[in-house]
Order: sequence, then structure tokens, then C-alpha cells
Amino acid sequence: MLSFITPELIFHLGIIVAAFFALQIAAAGLVYMERKVAGLIQQRYGPYLVGPLGLLQPLADIVKLVFKEELRPKAADKILFYLAPILSATAAFAAFAVVPFGADTDFSWVAKIPFVTSLTGFTGLSHPIHLAAADVNVGILVIFAITSMGVYGVVLAGWASNSKYSLLGGLRSSAQMISYELAYGLAFASVIMMAGSLSIREIVDQQAGYWFGFIPKWYGIFPQFFGFLIYMIAGIAETNRAPFDFPEAEQELVAGYHTEYSSMSFALFFLAEYINMVTVAAVATDLFLGGWHGPFLPEWLGWIWFFVKVFLILFFYIWMRWTLPRYRYDQLMEFGWKWLLPAAVINLLVTAGFVIYLGW
Amino acid sequence: MHALLFWIFAAVAIVASLLVVGQRNPMHSVLLLIGSFGALSGLYVLLGAPFVAAIQIIIYAGAIMVLFLFVVMLLNAASEDPVTGYHARLIGGAGPRRLGAVLSLGLAIELFWALRNLQTAPLASGDQQPPATAVYDIGLRLFQNYAFAFEATSVLILVAMVGAIILARRERA
Amino acid sequence: MSWVPEPTLNSYLILSAVLFAIGTAGVFLRRNLITILLSIEVMLNAVNLTFVAVDRYLGSVDGQIIVFFVMTVAAAEAATGLAIVIALFRHKESLNPDAFTSLRW
Repeated sequence: MLSFITPELIFHLGIIVAAFFALQIAAAGLVYMERKVAGLIQQRYGPYLVGPLGLLQPLADIVKLVFKEELRPKAADKILFYLAPILSATAAFAAFAVVPFGADTDFSWVAKIPFVTSLTGFTGLSHPIHLAAADVNVGILVIFAITSMGVYGVVLAGWASNSKYSLLGGLRSSAQMISYELAYGLAFASVIMMAGSLSIREIVDQQAGYWFGFIPKWYGIFPQFFGFLIYMIAGIAETNRAPFDFPEAEQELVAGYHTEYSSMSFALFFLAEYINMVTVAAVATDLFLGGWHGPFLPEWLGWIWFFVKVFLILFFYIWMRWTLPRYRYDQLMEFGWKWLLPAAVINLLVTAGFVIYLGW
Repeated sequence: MHALLFWIFAAVAIVASLLVVGQRNPMHSVLLLIGSFGALSGLYVLLGAPFVAAIQIIIYAGAIMVLFLFVVMLLNAASEDPVTGYHARLIGGAGPRRLGAVLSLGLAIELFWALRNLQTAPLASGDQQPPATAVYDIGLRLFQNYAFAFEATSVLILVAMVGAIILARRERA
Repeated sequence: MSWVPEPTLNSYLILSAVLFAIGTAGVFLRRNLITILLSIEVMLNAVNLTFVAVDRYLGSVDGQIIVFFVMTVAAAEAATGLAIVIALFRHKESLNPDAFTSLRW
């Protein structure tokens, strides 16, 4: 009866739990990083009182949010009001589930830790398992699908709050998200065409190796440079971050679709936004920056390179937010439809031409 | 395991569709339909068609339902006028509703009778992941055998877009 | 899990028939234009399920391509239908199909 509890299952569950908690810690770390980097860009200190260098600031934030009172406007639709943050957060977590963050490994290095083999008889798994919470072979489509579901959290939050700021913010935000999804998907399509596979793991494996011995074969460096730019711009617009964050700008719309939310519901929206950022950065790393391949480290430590690259992209995200002014809403929509979408289509056509005629 | 998942998804799809048809508030109907689409997407995965499952979520649940949601919010369609009295009763009610109820019941009975005697072997459920060439096959067929239909569909979508914009445009006074 | 009956093609077809019947009942019985459009979507989905199930039974991939086309046509139809609903609503502030009787004899 208990024969299905194999070491593979245990390690797989361990990977799922690790990914889940890593996301939450990443969100907390992003909260700190955002405020510290913002402070340094603006030539002030940022948080430095709570804990050494202010590192416990996210903990203080979370405790504050949990202790706040949970409010709900009386005329708000009760089911929808509480469903919206749940949808947002669920979509954010689910999208990261199909992103692989390391090479296939059979955990034989665990057996090299002293006492493990003698205590449990474990000498490595019988076959390598994937380092992802759920590795499917149409991974890119799943990410795209779940990102499309993230729109619902925003639109329902705007509607269910029964307030004009929320409704306007929600409608604008969701219209922005679905407009930039097109360029997002076309950037994916170019990469899929080059790699010939829908599985993210295979796309990363095609980026191993070097040209001329020292330029890594990442898609973001040579063949898909513009694809990478288009993807990053569309990703920033998808996650409603500056300079595309008009719908939740404090100066314009109070706080947009999450005006009426407080305490844990607000924390869920907050969490969803940061985890969406992490997912966009992780997918960009896998598709355009070679994933877990990097010099100097052995294959089974590739996830360290993955984290370094994701960290760099997130730093870039935060840097952009505090450096660039934001787009006005009509400028934003015009940019998405009239400039980014044709650019993505042209990128796709050029890639298709190269794939057919040069056989890449 | 797959058999259990089939029955769970089937139950969710049927219950959600019943509630879609039965709910007063169109907003709740739209959300329940999204739930039904999710269950159907799971059924497609069980049938070994991951591509169709993914595009079901992307197109139906991710785009068409957002369109419905926007329209429901735009029109502020709270709920339909409550139908009362003689017109409301399904069985003895006025002409259209009675006929509609009889026709639906007739359709259900006819479908059951037609499918009753089918004896088929169990479908091999998608135990192992379908080979990645399945999407390749779809792409190949789509652009070789069905290329004309593909292009015609894209023209159709363009026509629908232009038509929707013109139909929904405010009258210039 | 041997007490759970294994789904056959028959089960998928019956499920699809039930969904189709529910959709038809919705179209006949509801008096709200948007819910009628939603019921039409339910019917289209039932048909999609039939296509994919029979596809699996016959081992080909053509059914999935037809599903692809059905989805795109459904998208076009939903967009146009909703545009018509918006135009009708602007004319007469009601979503009840029984309210639009000006062309009746």
C-alpha cells in the first residue's frame, strides 16, 4: 500500500515545498530590496533600523499587515470581494510552478553528506528528476494560460469594491494586461520557433555552450536580442510595474483596484504582484539568458546561477521603477498596440525567416 | 487515479454549467462558466490533448470570458427582471417557457437514448505524458491540410473585430 | 482505486450530451441576453469535448484542429454578439429579449 512512497516522491515533494517557500521568501526579500534600492537611488538610506542593515524590515511589514483590521465596504459583493485576491495570488503561485530552476539531478550529492548513507541507505535516486514543481512538456503554454487568468483578480477586485476609483483602476489595469499579453505571447512564439520545442527545459538546454569559446549561446545575446527586449517590456507592463503602473499610481487613482482592501487581502495582492515579477524574471532567465548554465560551477549547482540571473533581472525591474517617469494611460495603450505589437510581429517574421533559410 | 479525476472534473463541469444556467446574477454566471472551462481543460489533459487544454484556458477562459465580464460590468447588468406569476412556471407556464422546457427535456432524452447502447473499450488515459510531437503534428496538419481554413478564420476574426467596433460605437449625434 | 469505474468513450459522450442539453435549456429558458450567450458557449464547449474524446478514440489529431477552429469562431461570435447586446442596451435599457418587440406584426 505504501509502495508509492518512493525516494523520488519524497524529493519531488521537497522540491515543491522548497519552491513554494522560496517564492514567499523572495517576495519578502523583494519588499526589502525595493525599499533599500529606492532609498539608495534617491540618495537616502532606506530601511536601516529594524535588524542589521534593516534586513528584518519585511518581517515588520508583514506583522503590521496581519494585525490591521480587515475592512469590507458594505455594498461590496461579499463573494467576489474575497475571491479576487485569492485568484490573484493563486495565479501568481501557479505560474511559477512550471518554471524549472535547475538541471535534472539525481541528488547523488546528498549521499556524499556524512552519515546520510549509513543512516538511511540512500545513495542517490534511481533516475534524475526535474528541478521544477511541475515540469510539463508544454510549459510555455501553461505559463501563458495562467498569466491570462491573473487578469481576473484585478478586474474582480475593481468591480467588487463598489467604488469608482477601484473600478476605473481595475478596468484600466486589466485592459493594459490583456493588451500587452499579445506582445508577450509573440515574444514567446519567436523563442519557441527557434528552439523547436514548447518545453522550457529543452529551450534552456539549447542554450548551453559557447560561441568562439567565451560568448555564451544565450538567446538574449544574439538571435533574440530584440525578442528579449520585447519580452521584458511586455513583462513589466503585464505586472503593472513602472513605467507602466498608471492604474495603481498613488498620485492618480489613490491605489487603483486595491484601494478598498486592507490587511491580509491587501497583503495577498502585494504578494501576487511580487511573485508575478519573480515569475516574469524567472521565465526571462530560462528563455533568454540560458537558465542555469554558467561558467565555473558544476552542473548540479546550476540553480545558483539561476538565482543570480533572476536577482539581476529583479534589480533591473526596481531600478526602472525608481528612475523612469510613468506613461500616461493613453500613451501606454498606444505604445502597446502601435509599437510593441508590430515590433513583436516583425521579430517573429525575421526569426521565422532565419529558421527556415538558415536552419537554426 | 485518472478515473477518479475524470469523475471529479465531470461533476464540476456539470454542476458549474447548471449553475451558469440557473444563476440570477450574470457576473456569477460568468465566473461559474470559467470554473466549468477549467474542469473541461482538465478533461482535455486526461484525454491526452495538452495543447487543446492550454488554448482552452488561454482563449476561452482568458480572453472570451474577460470580454463577457467587461460587457457585464459596462452594462451594469445586475440581474434579469424577475419573472413572476403565470409566465414563470416551467411546467404550466406560458407558451414560450413551457415549450422551451419540453424541448430541452426532449433533447436530453433523445441524446441519452442515442448514446445508451454504445459499448466501447476504456480509453487509454494519458498515463504517460503524450509525446511532444503531438503539438508538432497539430502544427503540421494545421498548416498543410487546413491552411485555407486557417487563413479564412483569421479573416473572419478581422471581420468580427471591425464589426464589433462598429456595432458598439456610440452614435455620433 | 479499483472501485472507481474506468471512463470509456461512452462516458465522455454522455457527459458532453448532458452539457449540451444544459446549454440548450439555458438558451430556451433564460430571459437575459448575456446568459443566453453564455449558454451558447456551454453548448460549443460540449461539442469541443466530443471532438477531442472521439479524437482520442480514433487516434488521429484532426479533432483537435477542428476544436481550434471552433474556439476561434466562438470568439468571433461572442465578440459580435456582445457588440449587438451593447447596441440593443443603448437603445432600450433592458437585457430581456422579450422587451425588443418593435418589429412584431
